[in-house]
Amino acid sequence: MSPLFLKYLVWPLVKFLIAFLIVQVIVAAMNWVERRTLGLMQARLGPNRVGWKGLLQIVADPIKFILKEDIVPSSSEKVAYFLGPMLPLIPAFLVFCLIPFGPPPTYIAARVNVALLLILALTSTGVYGIILGGWASNNKYSLMGGLRSAAQMVSYEVPFGLSIVGVLMLSGSFDLVKIVRYQETNAWNFLAQIVACFIFLVAMNAENNRTPFDLPEAESELVAGYHTEYSAMKFAFFMLAEYSAMLVNCCLMVSLFFGGWTLGMFGVGLTTDVLRSWGLWGGLLGCAIFTAKVMAFMMMYVWFRATFPRFRFDQLMDLGWKWMIPLALGNIFVTGIIVLAGQERLLYWFGGGAIVLTAFYLFRPRPKVVHASRVSEA
Amino acid sequence: MFDVHEMEVNFGPQHPSTHGVLRVLLRVDGERIIDAKPIIGYLHRGTEKLFEHMAYPQCIPHTDRMDYVASATNNLGFVEAVEKLMGVTKQIPKRAQLMRVMLSELQRISSHLLWLATHAIDIGAMTPFFYTFREREEVLDLFEQYCGARLTLNCMRIGGMPDDLPPGWLDDVERFCAKFDAAVDEYESLLTNNRIWKRRTVGIGVITAEEAIEWGITGPPLRGTGKEWDLRRAQPYECYPELEFDIPVGKNGDTYDRYLVRMEEMRQSNRILKQCIPLIKATPEGDIKAKISRVIRPPEGEVYHSIESPKGELGYYIVSDGKTQNAYRCHVRPPSFVNLQALPAMAKGHLVSDLVALIGTIDIVLGEVDR
Repeated sequence: MSPLFLKYLVWPLVKFLIAFLIVQVIVAAMNWVERRTLGLMQARLGPNRVGWKGLLQIVADPIKFILKEDIVPSSSEKVAYFLGPMLPLIPAFLVFCLIPFGPPPTYIAARVNVALLLILALTSTGVYGIILGGWASNNKYSLMGGLRSAAQMVSYEVPFGLSIVGVLMLSGSFDLVKIVRYQETNAWNFLAQIVACFIFLVAMNAENNRTPFDLPEAESELVAGYHTEYSAMKFAFFMLAEYSAMLVNCCLMVSLFFGGWTLGMFGVGLTTDVLRSWGLWGGLLGCAIFTAKVMAFMMMYVWFRATFPRFRFDQLMDLGWKWMIPLALGNIFVTGIIVLAGQERLLYWFGGGAIVLTAFYLFRPRPKVVHASRVSEA
Repeated sequence: MFDVHEMEVNFGPQHPSTHGVLRVLLRVDGERIIDAKPIIGYLHRGTEKLFEHMAYPQCIPHTDRMDYVASATNNLGFVEAVEKLMGVTKQIPKRAQLMRVMLSELQRISSHLLWLATHAIDIGAMTPFFYTFREREEVLDLFEQYCGARLTLNCMRIGGMPDDLPPGWLDDVERFCAKFDAAVDEYESLLTNNRIWKRRTVGIGVITAEEAIEWGITGPPLRGTGKEWDLRRAQPYECYPELEFDIPVGKNGDTYDRYLVRMEEMRQSNRILKQCIPLIKATPEGDIKAKISRVIRPPEGEVYHSIESPKGELGYYIVSDGKTQNAYRCHVRPPSFVNLQALPAMAKGHLVSDLVALIGTIDIVLGEVDR
């Protein structure tokens, strides 16, 4: 075998498979983590019967999905119905070969110099499966769910993409590795791009149809939205795609705004060079740091789910078009001027100030009881 | 020229947020509701007809099954109506009256907790569901201690109560009362000032006081419009006149105001419970039944008696022929049924998402709507 063949085909494939397997385990485990954490937050236990602390639930669920009867509604559009759950899976899995889990070149399956563009392009195709599935089910609720998700994902794709522009301007590259390396020599991007970071957070929740933007599958309104008619493994594929997409977005969040696999700023701390100097263990440590950060954001999804009610559809659109997009555009404008003037430090001050102010606002002294009822004086 | 692409959607009877088997036939343009038509009757069991064929005491367990999340108040309405027909209302011992008040206020709390749980989960807030059920469980435990049942209590008799309070029950109630206010604060901290919650409820399903009265709407939906009408105050029964409580009212008559009214009502019910405990301790033990004949045969005549159930005015209209032991005719005026009338008018022009909020805010129980 020629070395080129090895370098460009075999190694990337092996790495992708390893990453893919790990990701699948994380996705399956995430299901358990989410249910346990929700249980903790909601004064109940969550799954605790199968195995130690219910940990074997991770295995039991797939077995259940495989063994269940796969019902295909007789009035459905068979081909589209079959394609529906498959389509979102492909981009959701493919994207993982572009994510740098640790210091390159070892811990990334395929380093592409326009990785970010590729990721955006791939993830946005995920919506096809949902629309297709919703339409093919021949169920009005599914159709409404599919349409909702189409409108929602297209709308939030825009602020999602725009929020990244500021990061691109700062680091001057579409390459995720370069973006991470920029952050370790300068500050992590959430400091310089606090507004973009916030928009990204909101948009990634909306992209993944998670609370408070879980309208496409709003169980109390649309029964189960686009996957109402799906059962067994087909439903599991939708689940898998959703959780994989969540994981992708968390990986992006960490890579773009929170320093990726590093644990250092301004060239101090656990930077790539430090990690590299420790050889294999350093690399694995980088991966561990990356995973820890990603899991923190995954927990954020769970936390949101336990806290927020659901938006209404028109309010969701309002938020996307009237708030998120202008805000993202404003952020690009301001960042552009500052980058042009070469005064990036200003952004850090702005970001730091914003964080402090937000903290003050959130932890301001408030009356403990939030009585709001109006009692008549009778 | 401009085609309106209407779609007909059957919302229910098997739907997660129709609170049972309500079916709403929706005509929607996209997601906007053009027309909503509630179709009821899926849970019709002919309760009123059943009442004509059984002796009065036998009817009481059947009243449990109408508003099955608030059976104590159903019992109360029925036994009071029969007592009124017999003319023995004044003979009910103080202890029995207080026990009835306590059970109905506990029932009001548990009913409102269930309403909050389902209303919140309809709007997408998942956590209040579990928090409210934590407290509701304790209320149901109290019921279980008293009468052995948790849901269908069958806990009142014509002329009094079936049993005296079990030992220690009052202490348990006291313990529950002591911490319940804090629990309500906890629910409010999740919802009341939540921006999304407000956007989903403020200005949704507005009805004015005049409209509400025209439709005969009672209970929290009426009080949400600012009209102060509570049968416990307006047509006092049992020993409510001796108890201090406020009637919470809203201002705008929207979903948010109805939410606030019910939250405050839970606090007020707790206040009533706290007052009842020392009062009931002062009454002689075992004095729980009026001295009336075992065979209930009311004189010829008719009676309409209504009480404030958690959902509104619950009325019983009973006609007695004076000869038999069963009612000649018994009609129930269930608050859910009457309040549900407002749904089409409330829903028109709103989105499908609002419909679930509206069904939640009317607080219907289909067992009562269909009887």
